[in-house]
Amino acid sequence: MNKILIVIEREFLTRIRKKSFILLTVLMPLLIVGIIFVPIILSTLDSTEQQNVAVVDVTGKYAPLLQDTGAIHFETVPAMTAEMQTEDSPYTSVIQITDDLNQDSTAATIYSHKEVSPALSKYFNSVVSAQIRADRKAEYNMPNMDEIVAHCTVDYEVRTIKWTKDGDEKLSNSTIAGFVGMLFTFLIYMFVMSYGGMVMQGVMEEKTNRIMELMVSSVKPFQMMMGKIIGIALVGLFQFLLWGALIAIVLAVAGSFIHMGGSEAIPMAEAMSGGVPVPDSPGAEILQVVQGMNFTEIVCMFILYFIGGYLLFASIFAAVGASINEQADSSQFMTPIVIIMIFSLYAGIFSIENPDGPLALWCSYIPFTSPIVMMVRLPFGVPAWQLALSLALLYATALGVVWLSAKIYRVGILMYGKKPSFKEMMRWVRFK
Amino acid sequence: MSNFIEVRDVRKAFANHTALDGVSIDVPAGKVFGLLGPNGAGKTTLIRIINHITAPDSGSVTFDGHPLQANDVYRIGYLPEERGLYRKMKVGEQAVYLARLKGMDAQDAKRKLKEWFEKFDIMAWWDKKLEELSKGMQQKVQFVITVLHNPPLLIFDEPFSGFDPVNAELLKKEILQLRDEGHTILFSTHNMASVEEICDSIALINHSKVVLQGDVDDVRQRYKENTYQLEIPADAQFDPSWAEIVAHEHGGKKNVLLVRKPQDETNSQFVARLAQHTEILGFSEKLPTMDEVFLRAVLQEEIH
Repeated sequence: MNKILIVIEREFLTRIRKKSFILLTVLMPLLIVGIIFVPIILSTLDSTEQQNVAVVDVTGKYAPLLQDTGAIHFETVPAMTAEMQTEDSPYTSVIQITDDLNQDSTAATIYSHKEVSPALSKYFNSVVSAQIRADRKAEYNMPNMDEIVAHCTVDYEVRTIKWTKDGDEKLSNSTIAGFVGMLFTFLIYMFVMSYGGMVMQGVMEEKTNRIMELMVSSVKPFQMMMGKIIGIALVGLFQFLLWGALIAIVLAVAGSFIHMGGSEAIPMAEAMSGGVPVPDSPGAEILQVVQGMNFTEIVCMFILYFIGGYLLFASIFAAVGASINEQADSSQFMTPIVIIMIFSLYAGIFSIENPDGPLALWCSYIPFTSPIVMMVRLPFGVPAWQLALSLALLYATALGVVWLSAKIYRVGILMYGKKPSFKEMMRWVRFK
Repeated sequence: MSNFIEVRDVRKAFANHTALDGVSIDVPAGKVFGLLGPNGAGKTTLIRIINHITAPDSGSVTFDGHPLQANDVYRIGYLPEERGLYRKMKVGEQAVYLARLKGMDAQDAKRKLKEWFEKFDIMAWWDKKLEELSKGMQQKVQFVITVLHNPPLLIFDEPFSGFDPVNAELLKKEILQLRDEGHTILFSTHNMASVEEICDSIALINHSKVVLQGDVDDVRQRYKENTYQLEIPADAQFDPSWAEIVAHEHGGKKNVLLVRKPQDETNSQFVARLAQHTEILGFSEKLPTMDEVFLRAVLQEEIH
C-alpha cells in the first residue's frame, strides 16, 4: 500500500511540474473566457477608420437626417459623378435616394467598391425606418397614435420556471441547461480521453524503456498500475479544481462588468414586473439560470462520473499499453475504444434535444457511455434512483475491468516480442 | 558452506523451444557465482525464474533455506540485462524514487546515493535529466540503484556489457567488495575473462542444460591438459623426443614453449629432465583459461 503511495506521488508530481501542464492549466480558462468575451469587446470598439459617404438625395428629405457618427461622415452632393465610381474616389460609399421611400421602398441604394460596412447600412436603415414610420403615422392623422402603436408592438418571450422539490420557483432555460450539459460532456470526454491516453503513454514508456525490469524486484505490477492510474487521476482532478477556481475568479470579474452595463435597465424592468424577479440584462439572466441549477450536484456528479469513467477507460488503456511493444501497434486496440467514446459523445449531443428520451436513457445506464451521456441529462434534472443505478453499474463494471486489466498488465509489461492478439491477452488473464 | 539458492531440476518450455531442461544449480552463500553460457542458452530465463518473474513448468527453487516465495524478491537486487530508466526524470530524483520503492526512506536513500555517486564519480549528474547521460553512466546509475538497499542476494545479468575497460574494472572491484561484505552474488555473462577474476564458482549452461558446474579452480584443474609453460634462452637447442611441444613462440631473448608433461611424471621429475637439456628461465603450470574450458565443454557437449 505504501508503495502505491510512492508511485502516486511520483506520477502526480512529475506531471504537474511539467511546463505543458502549467501552461495548459493557466491558459485554458483565459482561452475560454477570451473566446467568449473578445468578440463582444471588439464589437463595441469603434472603427478607427473614418468613412466618407456621399449622399445623393433628390427628395432632400432624408439627407439632413443623416448625422455624422464617430466613424461615418456624410456629405450631401448634388449628383453622382463618374469620379465617384472609380477606385480613387474620396468617398467610400455613395447613397442614392431617387424617390420618397414611403412610396417606393426600393428607391434607395448604397453603392460601394468594397463591401458596404454593416455599420453604415444599419444606421441608414434605422434612420429611414424611423422616418417612414413617422410618415405613415402622420397619414392616419389620429390622436394618440404613438401610444396605440407602442401598445401594439409586442415581442413576446415566455418565461420558464422550474419547480424545486419544496415548490420554490426557479428561472430555468433549456438552452442554457443544454449548454451547461454540453460543457460538462465535453469536459468529461476530454478528461477521460487525454488522461486515459496519458496512462497508456506512461505504461508504454515503462515497457519500452524496460524500466519495469528494474522495478520488478521492488514493486508489484498491480501496485505500479494502480499507482499510475490514481496518480494521473489526481492530476486531472487537480487541473479541474484549478480551472474551476480560475474560471470562478474570471467570471466574478466579468460579472461585475455585466452588472454595471445593465444598471440603467433595472428600474424599468422592476417597474414592469409584478413581483417575480425579472432578469435585468442578458448576462444576469444567464447567471441567474446558472445559479438556479443545482451546481453542487452537477459538480459532484461530474467528479463521480469522471472517476468511474476514467477508471474504466484508463485501466483498459493501461492493459493495452502493457501488451504492445510500440506506439504503432496501439491503433488495433485503440480503435474500438475511440469508437465507443465518439459514439457516446454523439449520443450526448443528440440527447440535448430530448434529455429523457430512450437514447439518452439507455446510454446513461450503459457503463461505457454513461459518464458522457449522463452529463447532458444532469442539468435537466435526473431522478435519484436513475443516478444511483447508473453509478452502481458504472463502478461495478469499472472494478471488474480494473481486475481484468491488472491480470493482462502483469503479464504484458514483462513480455516482449510480437504483438499479442486479443486471444493471447485473454490467455494472460488466466495465467497464474 | 550453505547454499543461498538451490535450483532443482527446473524445466521451462516456451511455445517453440525448451529454455531450461532439468537445470539444477547451487549458489553458495557469500560467494560470487557465475552463470555462463552462449547466447540463448537459457541464462536469462533461469534468472527470471529465481526473480519470480516467470514460474518454472516443473522443478523447485529454494531461497535462503525455504521454497521461493513472492515476497523473497524484495531481498533480491536485480540488475536486468535489458534495463532502462525514466528518460525525462532527473537522475538523483529518479534514484531516490526507485530506492524508496525498495523500502528505503527518502533521507536514508539520499545519503547513501550520494556516497555511491561520489564513488562512481557521477555526482555532477545528480540534477541532470537521464537522457543527457551516456550509456555507461546510465549503467552506473542502474548498478547503484540495484545494490543500494543492501539486499542479501544480488543478481546481475550481463553487468559488463557496454562498459569501457576502466569502468568494467571499477565494477569488478565493487562486486568483490560487495561479496566481502557478505552478499551473495549471482551474475550471468559470456565474458569469460571476467569470470576467472571474480567468480568463486560457476555453472555453464548450454542448450538448456547445465554442462559444467563447480568451484572455478576445480573446474580449471579438471580441464587441465598437463601443459606447462617453459621459458628458455633464444639460442638454446631444445628438441626432446620424449616431451610433446604443443606450441612454440620465439621472443627476443627467450623462446616460450608449451610442453605437455607425460602422465606418470611428477613436476620435479619433469623439471629435472628438462634441466638436463636446457637452461630454464621460467617454468609454470598452464591451467586452461575459462575461455578454453568454455569452448571445450561446449564442444564436448556437441559431440555427445
